[in-house]
Amino acid sequence: MSRPVRFNINPIPADTREAVSSVEAPDGYSGEGFFATQLSSVVGLARKNSMWPLPFATSCCGIEFMATMASHYDLARFGAERVGFSPRQCDLLMVMGTIAKKMGPVLRQVYLQMAEPRWVIAVGACASSGGIFDSYSVLQGIDQIIPVDVYVPGCPPRPEAILDGFMKIQELVGQESIRRRNSEQYKQLLNSYGIE
Amino acid sequence: MALDNAYIQQQLTSRFGEDFFIFSESYGMLTAEFAKESNLKVLQFLYDEPSLSFRFLTDLCAVHNPDLEGKELSVVYHLHNLSENLRLRLKIYTSIQDPHVFTATRLFSSANWMERETYDFYGVIFTGHPNLKRVLNVDEMDYFPLRKEYPLEDQTRIDKDDEMFGRG
Repeated sequence: MSRPVRFNINPIPADTREAVSSVEAPDGYSGEGFFATQLSSVVGLARKNSMWPLPFATSCCGIEFMATMASHYDLARFGAERVGFSPRQCDLLMVMGTIAKKMGPVLRQVYLQMAEPRWVIAVGACASSGGIFDSYSVLQGIDQIIPVDVYVPGCPPRPEAILDGFMKIQELVGQESIRRRNSEQYKQLLNSYGIE
Repeated sequence: MALDNAYIQQQLTSRFGEDFFIFSESYGMLTAEFAKESNLKVLQFLYDEPSLSFRFLTDLCAVHNPDLEGKELSVVYHLHNLSENLRLRLKIYTSIQDPHVFTATRLFSSANWMERETYDFYGVIFTGHPNLKRVLNVDEMDYFPLRKEYPLEDQTRIDKDDEMFGRG
C-alpha cells in the first residue's frame, strides 16, 4: 500500500524576527530616506563580518583550529566559514604551529602573495615566540619575518582562545581607517621587514 | 649454520687480522671499531661475503666526543642481515680537524641522504659523495649545530631572562 500523502493545511508561519541576527549600524546621521556615516566604518563593517581566513597549520594548534572550524565552536558564526587555501583570495593569515627556520621563507612568500588589506594572527606559543622549541632549527616567533596583528597564547590554545583572538582581529578590522595601508607608518612597518 | 656474533668476529679477524678491530658487545649487538681509512673495505667485505651478507644499511650517524683527543668525531654504521635478522654496528673515529671519511654511497644508496644529514649536523666530510650539501637545516647555516661547542638554545632570542631559568 502506498504511503498516504499528508498536507500541512495549517502551517505555522516561521518567526524569523528573533532568529536572524544582524550587525548594528555604525554611528551616523539618519533622516527621512537617508543615512550618512563614514565610509571607513561601512567598509570596516563589511570586512570584519566576512573574513576569509587562510590557515597555515603546521602542528597541534592546527588541530585546535580544526575544532574551532567545526560545528561545536563554529567559526562560521563570525562570518568566516569560507576558509580559503589560496593566499590571493584571503585576508587573514592564521599561523598555527611551530615554524622551522626552513619554513620561514615559505611563510613569508605566502604572506607576500596575499593582497592588501591583510591581517596576521599568530596562534599558540610556537608561532608567537618559538615556544618550548628554543632551538637552532626553530624560528623564535613569526614576527621575525612578517608583521603580526594578534597573538593568541596557549600551548595549544583552546578553541575559545582562538575565537577570542579572532574577535580581536575583527575589532582591528572594523576600526581600521581605509587609508591606513597607504600611510607612511605602515610603509615603515613593512620596510622594517624588508617588504617592498 | 645460523649466523651469530662469534662467527662474524671470527670472519672479520681472519680477513683483516688480529689487531684490526676492537670488538665489544652491548645488549647482544656486536660493535666493531676500526681505522677510518678501511671503512669501505670492511663494508664491502661484509656485503660480499655470502655467509655474512650485510646488505642493508639501517642507519648512519655521527657522535661528537669533545674529550677524546684526536677521535672527536665517530661515524657509526648500523648494518642488518635481512635473511638472518642479525644486526651489526661499525664505528670509526676521526679527528675534528680532519673530518674526512670515505663515502658509502657507491655501496648503499641509502647512505646518500644519511651522509648528507651527518654532514649537516656534525660536519663530517664524506669524500666522494655525489651531492654533499645540507639536507635538513637552512642552507645559510654556517655551523654544525649538533657539535657540543654550540649551545642548543637559539642565540638570537633576546627576551629570555636568565633569572627565570635559574642561571641568573
